[in-house]
Amino acid sequence: MKKQKTFWKIASYATILMGIVIVMTPVVWLISTSLKDASQVFDPTIWIPRPPHFENYTKALSVMPFARYLANTCLVTFSCMALTIISSSLAAFGFARMRFPGRNILFVTLLSTLMLPAQVTMIPVFRIWSGLGLYDTFAPLIAPAAFGSAFYIFLLRQYFLTIPMEMDEAARIDGAGTLTIWWRIVMPQAKPALATVAVLSFMSHWNDFLGPLIYLSDPSKRTLALALWAFQGQYSTDWNLLMAASTVVMLPLLVLFFFAQRYFVQGVALSGLKG
Amino acid sequence: MRRSSFAKKEALRGYLCISPWVFGFVVFALGPMVFSFFISMTRWDMIKPAQFVGLENYARIFADDFRFRQSLWVTARYAALSLPLGMAGSLMLAMLLNMNLRGTRLFRAIFYIPAILPGVAVTMLWLWILKPRDGVLNYLLGFLHISPKPWISDPNWALPSFVIMSLWGIGGGMIIYLAGLQGIPQELYEAAEIDGAGTWARFRRITLPLISPTILFNLVMGIIGSFQVFTASFVMTPNGGPGYSTLFYVLYLYQKAFRYLQMGYASALAWILFIIILGLTLIILRTSNRWVYYESSE
Repeated sequence: MKKQKTFWKIASYATILMGIVIVMTPVVWLISTSLKDASQVFDPTIWIPRPPHFENYTKALSVMPFARYLANTCLVTFSCMALTIISSSLAAFGFARMRFPGRNILFVTLLSTLMLPAQVTMIPVFRIWSGLGLYDTFAPLIAPAAFGSAFYIFLLRQYFLTIPMEMDEAARIDGAGTLTIWWRIVMPQAKPALATVAVLSFMSHWNDFLGPLIYLSDPSKRTLALALWAFQGQYSTDWNLLMAASTVVMLPLLVLFFFAQRYFVQGVALSGLKG
Repeated sequence: MRRSSFAKKEALRGYLCISPWVFGFVVFALGPMVFSFFISMTRWDMIKPAQFVGLENYARIFADDFRFRQSLWVTARYAALSLPLGMAGSLMLAMLLNMNLRGTRLFRAIFYIPAILPGVAVTMLWLWILKPRDGVLNYLLGFLHISPKPWISDPNWALPSFVIMSLWGIGGGMIIYLAGLQGIPQELYEAAEIDGAGTWARFRRITLPLISPTILFNLVMGIIGSFQVFTASFVMTPNGGPGYSTLFYVLYLYQKAFRYLQMGYASALAWILFIIILGLTLIILRTSNRWVYYESSE
């Protein structure tokens, strides 16, 4: 029995390590390529470029207005994040802590929108924004976040349900209004869930490609994801520069993941999928 | 009297709280859905006024659109390959990382990384890895005595390339399985072990039934996701790859809408996609009571 256990343990470690090698190899290759010079790029036998060409990064970032793209991406990502948190938590607050006729039907409607493929609404929504004269602005990318997102509303509602209702009632007796209860009583109690929403929405907006692709045409308005794609069209043979640019676009997410790992994972647990 | 006026007040507050979402739902979901259904029955290029054509778009799609059939075939084959492999792989990985081995937390994080990275950057990385000549994958496969493959430059290898790329991201599914696995009481395994159940029996009789709701969730999300693949196919093969072998459904829809400006036709394609996804989801949910085990129903 004991022997068998040890065997399984060793076999498991071996499998995991093999998996890690497979998962990490592309990442190592990405960084390795990004530090090669033009003569080494097409040689797959070189893994540690000597000397490392860090100037690829400055080169890749200087052939495009990188600071501009970074500012655009931050503007869109952080605005969306703030708006999503406020609007989604307010709606979740309503669904979790108020009684009103039609609440269940509305909540089921909310959940069913999770199933609706974006492709169905994409063309009419595009028509709305271009009709408002807002094509090629950030408005179509940011404004929808002000109306909440079904998944985050669901997630926050689940969490709000776990906060004791007595707190709201006590505050109400003390004369607090609805918005005060939401902002001062419920929100501070829900920090882990809000952090999860913040992290997930940061990730989805930073990585968003289809939105900027459809709505932005002026090159100076590009976000990083879109700029990276355009960069590939222009410098399709400079793989070292392309990989340097890719690394830069990935970096903020890696840093965020490193510091806020548990919030990425928590979304799963919060949605009530445990078992 | 006082009670009902209080309830009225509360209802009003409730409506106020959810009103931004309700507004967004009407303007960005419900309205566009109705509008989209209407324009799927028109010919419309967004410049000239739409022209009502009845069901002509649908008729043309089903009767003589080679690319529609091709894109559906590509997407279905991709789903049929990547879903079972990805689900089995991520479940296996989750079980390995649920054994309380040393370093588990770090291992989990490493496997999860590919799932959080931006699609454009990841796709470009794979484009580079999969290069038929001087590509690093072919170079590494050489050590295993596997001959170089043409990958995305060949109609037969292009779709498998996408499957390989999707398998790199199985850490996303793994995290969800882990949440499910951690909900299984350890005593069940201990009891089974005392009764002499082997590893396979424990997996088959305890693990599988108890995480079947999680499997159902991953299956439904996986189907929805694989029918909506876009970024990878658009960045790697914007024209649909060699012989349209990677013309994914949403890529075709995007081309029709934003390259050829056939908004009516593209809307009809979108509705067909919606019906397919809805149909598959309903079939799975309907048949799920045969294989999904819910503790509370016992």
